[in-house]
This record gives sequence, C-alpha cells and structure tokens, in this order.
Amino acid sequence: MRDEKSTLTDLVCYHCGEAVSGIDLNFDDKHFCCVGCKSVYQILAENKMCNYYAYNDTPGQRLNESKHYEYLDEESIITQLIDYKDRNYTIVTFYIPAIHCSSCIWLLEHLYKINPAIYSSRIDFLKKEVTISYKHQEVSLRKVVEVLANIGYEPAISLQDVVKEKSSSVNKALILKIAIAGFCMGNVMLFSFPEYFGLSGIEQQFQYLFAWLNLAFSIPVTFYCGKEYFVSAITSLKHKHINLDTPLAIIIAVLFIRTALSALLNDGPGFADTLTGLVFLLLMGKWVKQRTYHHISFDRDYRSYFPIAITTLKEGKEKPVAINELKVGDRLWIRNGELVPADAILMKGDAWMNMSFVTGETEPQQKVLGEIIYAGGKQLGEAIEVEVVKLPSQSYLTGLWNKEHYQDNLKQNFNDSVAKYFSVAVFIIAFAAAGYWFFQADTNKAWAAFTAVIIVACPCVLALSTPFTLSAILSVFDQKGFYVKNTDAVEQLAHCNAIVFDKTGTLTSSENAKIYFTGVLNQEEEMLVVSLLHHSSHPLSRQILKSLTTGKFYPISKYKEIAGKGIRGVVNNRMVYAGSERILPFHITTNKQSGVHLVIDSTYKGCFVVEQEWRKDLQHLVSKLEKRFSLKVLSGDTNKDEKALRTIFEPTTDIRFEQSPRQKLEAITNQQSNGERVMMLGDGLNDAGALKQANFGIAITDNINNFTPGCDAILKGSSLNYLPKFYQLSKDGLKIIKISFAIAIAYNCIGLYYAVQGTLYPLVAAVLMPISTITIISFTTLATRFFARKNKLT
Amino acid sequence: MNILYFLIACSVLMALIFLGAFFWALKNGQHDDVHTPGIRILFDDEVETKESDKDHFSE
Repeated sequence: MRDEKSTLTDLVCYHCGEAVSGIDLNFDDKHFCCVGCKSVYQILAENKMCNYYAYNDTPGQRLNESKHYEYLDEESIITQLIDYKDRNYTIVTFYIPAIHCSSCIWLLEHLYKINPAIYSSRIDFLKKEVTISYKHQEVSLRKVVEVLANIGYEPAISLQDVVKEKSSSVNKALILKIAIAGFCMGNVMLFSFPEYFGLSGIEQQFQYLFAWLNLAFSIPVTFYCGKEYFVSAITSLKHKHINLDTPLAIIIAVLFIRTALSALLNDGPGFADTLTGLVFLLLMGKWVKQRTYHHISFDRDYRSYFPIAITTLKEGKEKPVAINELKVGDRLWIRNGELVPADAILMKGDAWMNMSFVTGETEPQQKVLGEIIYAGGKQLGEAIEVEVVKLPSQSYLTGLWNKEHYQDNLKQNFNDSVAKYFSVAVFIIAFAAAGYWFFQADTNKAWAAFTAVIIVACPCVLALSTPFTLSAILSVFDQKGFYVKNTDAVEQLAHCNAIVFDKTGTLTSSENAKIYFTGVLNQEEEMLVVSLLHHSSHPLSRQILKSLTTGKFYPISKYKEIAGKGIRGVVNNRMVYAGSERILPFHITTNKQSGVHLVIDSTYKGCFVVEQEWRKDLQHLVSKLEKRFSLKVLSGDTNKDEKALRTIFEPTTDIRFEQSPRQKLEAITNQQSNGERVMMLGDGLNDAGALKQANFGIAITDNINNFTPGCDAILKGSSLNYLPKFYQLSKDGLKIIKISFAIAIAYNCIGLYYAVQGTLYPLVAAVLMPISTITIISFTTLATRFFARKNKLT
Repeated sequence: MNILYFLIACSVLMALIFLGAFFWALKNGQHDDVHTPGIRILFDDEVETKESDKDHFSE
C-alpha cells in the first residue's frame, strides 16, 4: 500500500479531516492521511465501534508521537493519580484535552468494548474529564492510559494533576446557602402577607405566631448565610479599611435586631422579609460572580508543563520515579522530547536542548558535558544522562513562581472605593435623623429613624450591579474567544494604560508558518524529497509536504529516522538526507538558519526555512492601540526580526530582544513603579512571571485546549484584533456600574424620605428593595447588550 | 381557626422536606455536570443486543 502512486487533490482523512496530501492510505474504502489515523480506525473497526464516525464527520484528531508510560506501573505514582481503590475496582479521573464533540463522549463511554476490564467510563464534557473505573487485577493503569492514547485521547498527566485543587466544594457551599436563604425568603414572605393586608380581630392571635416564625427563619439566614459578611467586615475593620461588606454587615445586623425586637415586644411586623430577601439577592450576586470556565484553567504554573515522573538510572537500571521524590544527586535518563525536570548537570550524551520554556529562544542549544541544564529544557535527539543538582521546586525556572517576586499590586475595585464614602454618608444621615428626633424628645422615633435610614440606604444594588454587569461582559467576551478569569479582572482590564507584547507566538502565529526553500529543486529532486518525507510523522515533514506539489512517489529503502536530528533514506538509488545540520554527512557552512537542510547524494541542495508569520492585520491593530496605550515588545528571541517589527511599531517604541523571563518580569515591575498599569500579552512559560506580575496578563493561544501559563485571561490568537474593542467594552462596563449606582441612589432618596421621619413601614422596605433590584439587573443587562452592539462584539 | 396552626406546621414541614431533597441532590452530585447527560441521551442503542445484556453503566 505504501508505494501506491496516485495524485490526490480534494481528499480528506476519514478520521481527522485533514487534507490527504501525498500517499493515500486506503482501508475499507476510506482514506486516511497517516498511519496513526488509520490505526485508530482499525482499532475501532475491530471492536465494532464505527458509530464513532456516525455522530460527527471526521471527529478524530491526529495522533501525537507515542510516549512512554512505564512510570504508570509504579505503585507510588498510581496512588497519587487514582481517586479510589478497593479490592476489585479502581477509579481514576483524567483530563483529556482532545474531548470536543459528541462522538468523543460516545467513544469514551464505550471503552469497555475495547477492553472489557474497563468497567465504566463517564465523561464530564465541560470539564473535559473522563472518570474510568476498571478492574485492576485484569488491566493496569498503564494499559488503560495506553488504550486512551491509542485511540487518540491521550490524557494530560502533569505534575499539577497530582496536586488536585478542588474548587467545586466552595461553590457547593454557596449553593447550599442560596438554597437556605431562598427557602427562608419564600416562607417569610408567606407569613408576612397577612400582616401587610391587615388582620381582623380574630386573626390577631396569629400575629404573634407569625412574628416568631419569621424570627426563626431569620436566624439561619443571618448567622449561616450571612456569616461571611460579618467575617469580612470585621477583618477589614481590623485593617482600618472599609470594604463593601462592612455596610452590608451592619444592615443585616440592624435588620435582624429590629426583627427580633418586634417579635419580643410584639409590636407589629419586623423586617424579616427584607432581611431574607437581601441576603438571598446578595448571595445570588456572589454566585453570578463566581461563574467559571470549566475547561479552562487560569492557575497553571510550571507543574502543568512538567511530567509527573521521570526515568532515573540506579545501578545501570532504569526506574521511573515521581518528580516529587527526586533527590539531589539522582541520575536522570532524558529521552528525545522529554523535559529536564530539575536543574541538572550533563553527564553523558549529546545534549541539544530546546530552552524555549526558560528563555524564549527557539533555536536548540548544544550543551557540553558538565554544563548545567536548567529545568524546563527539552532534549532533542538521543537520550542523555544528567545528574540533579537542585530539586524541581527550587530550580531556576520554578523560582519565578515564588511569591517574593510579586508585589501586591493593590487591586481595589470601584465597589470598595465607593463603599467608604457611602458608609460615611449613610451614618451622617442616620445620626442626624436620630439626633433630630432625640431633641424632639421622641426616643422611639429616634431609634426607628436611625435603623430605618440604615436599612433603606442599602448598598445591595452596588453589590449586585457589578457582578451582573461584568458577568454579562464576560459572556460577550467568551463568544469572541476571550476568556477572562473572573469579574474582578474585567475591572483591571479597564484600568490598563500600557501594553507589553511578547513576540514569538503572540505577535507571530505558530499555526500559519510560511515555508520556503533557499535553493532550487528540479522536478525529479522534488519527487525524491516528497518520497522521503512521507515516511516521517514529524510535524515539520508534514508542513513541508504541504508546500510541495508533487504527488508521485518512488519506493524507498534504508529509511532511518534519527530522533531530534532528521531522516535519511535511499530513494530511487539516491541517498537523501533531510533534517538539521547534524544529520548531514558533511559539514556545511550556512548562515545559521534553522530549518530542514537537504542533501541529495553528496550535494547540499539548500534548506527549507520555516518562518513564522505575523498575525493578520497586526499593523492595523498596533496603530489602533498606539493611540491609547504605551506599547513595548519584550522578546526572548534573537533580534533577527527587528527590522520587521520596526515597520509595524512606531519608531519610538521600546523593543527589546534576548530577554530572560526574569528580565521580562523586572521590566514590568519597573513600568508599574512608574505608575503605569500594564497589560501583558504572552504565550509561553517564559512569559509566565511577567503575565503574573502584570496588572492584566493575557495568554495568547491558537488552540484553547493547549496549556497556557497562569494569567488573568486567555485570548484566541484569531481574536487578537478585537483587543481594542474588548478594552472599550470593559470601560463601558464601568460606566454602566456607575450609572446604576446613580439609579440606586435615586431609589434610596425615596426610602430616606420615609426613613428620616421614623415612619418606614416594613412593607415599604420590602417592596422598595426588590423593585430597585429588578430595575438594576434589567438595566445592566440591557446596557451591556447595547454597548456590546455598539462595539460590534455581538 | 385553630386548624391554621396545624396547617402552618404542615406547610413548613413540606417545605423542609423539599429543602432536604435539594440538599440530597446537591450532595449526590446531580448538579455537577448538567451538560453531558443531555448529549448522552441522544445516542442510539446498539443494533446487536448480544453484547449489551450487561449494563455497564450502572454502578
């Protein structure tokens, strides 16, 4: 099948949907682009699972290079990964980034067809997680993972997965509180109605009962549901600072005291319905604010990039060891494509390290024996032996995550800054009203007026308008491929006035690479190259193939792929080499261009240079941003692109090259100490420190499933051009919040009119609060929609 | 009118039972994943029934 000669143009792979270029692998009358896709189909066909292809067209994804899973046989590593184990069954949960459609769900929930020892598998689609229970006596964890990997659903097993941070329990507690508050609110309302409508003579006996029932319902609402407001208020007062929770806590307390007093003294309805309604709405606001993206993590750090285990050499034997258990002095065996997890000294082998995680520099560097390799370097080529000199948690790279580097850039939002003045104003009015009635010698009214003012002037609208507005903005953003961590971050975005760009992967796109050949190839030579490259699954080979047009092949013999170096083979009786300089049979002098060098027989033909392309309309975007922000470029790469960058940016723009992660971080700290509020756009681990330090860090990615470093927001590369609009909408959002604050004050003035006279009847408060709340929520929703349309984001 | 005392007690009790039911559902994780079951229900049953007499999904 391999040497089949055919010219293909419009065929797409039955499995992954990519165009079939070159050899058409045919099986069951279906076309496949590579051996990987075909083998997945074969596995599924054997197990009668071709339904997978029925639910969606081309649901598959291209297989990555196979990895080593020996470490999954280690008992200590297994126990870190699994959720539960008893005598027969083990349950384990994996994060699988490839989950994307209903076919994935179908396939992964029918794993038992492939291996009956897999007892059940359940998918959580939004979290992209699969929970698998299997009989561990019949199948090992490693086998389970290999089954997943073989059908193209390789689980992401990283160091961070071991340290599982469960956040859902927090959310559950909140839902519990909302349920209780809602339950109490409904019942209190029921028992308050008779009072409001007026009770006849015989019904007076119930007044007492209703008051006590209302008080009973208020107790859990105040002391359980509203507890955190008191806690937050007390801690902020301890720090001599007033946040929004302070007035809220005072209001809850006052409402509760008045309700309790009116029940004890039996003097009319209390404020139980206002109290329960208030707490319910406040908690709802909190819930809206907590909305999260299940499938995206904003808190990734180096641990997501590190494997959980690495092969060590002990007395000449290979043994997988968990990263956490590494000790200084351990010998590690690093294979092609593996990451060095700790700062280590090279002991043996030919080390070509891709240090892009650490430095941002994309060219691989050669290391000599005895040289230190920093953690995060990726070996390209044959396996090497290194000795650990520093633990993973103390290495150069992970040091960037240590807290000491980050000054707290005081993130104070609009709410908290307004809360201060608001509370002061309310107290002045309350004391003035109380004082007035006190001098009129009406202490009852003084107390009534004082408490009523505090109740009426409730800043609950403030507590609600912000989360509702900002979360509406979040949903506008995520439709356009901009995923912001939380509502607070939107406010940070609106306050930025400087932007720092990374170059590689941020200003350039990693997906649309341009490929050109430095030399000239004739028809015959091109065929030789195409025939050779077909046998390689390396991404570079496939990219080059796409740029070549020939569809005819020669048979090939003596094919050999040397990991990290390149490929060679005899095609049509001619020796062809393709790869890095190191695979070539003789030394060549080039101007150090990285790319795929080509030698046929013994003549150097040239080099396929892969050039990353600038993102579309970059010039336009930059000229737009330049009007509002001070721009800067910090690149970890060499200055080979300086000319191109200078034409895109204003001549005065600060563009720096060969910046280490620490230098990037320091550059941002410097800007911040000059009073600038910095937005950082980056992509790699080498930007992680800077992203974290920046007031608003945006990680750019072309594939939302890829790992991105910890940040405030994740932006799809294709949406970069919307950035000015995103910024404008966040600014508009703050405007909406301010307007709704004004509306709330108008409502409060009506309430205050009654309150200062000491004649606030509980019914007025109970009606006023929901009305103002509904007004505000509908206003913020409509206004957000209006501004989104105005900014052309819907 | 004394029957009202009984009725009020009944209504509160009923409400408490529903609240309890909600807690139970929450604790059992019924609200953890509200998206996937909607897709899962759309899958057709297998044509060959030979293999599927064992129910692999019930735990």
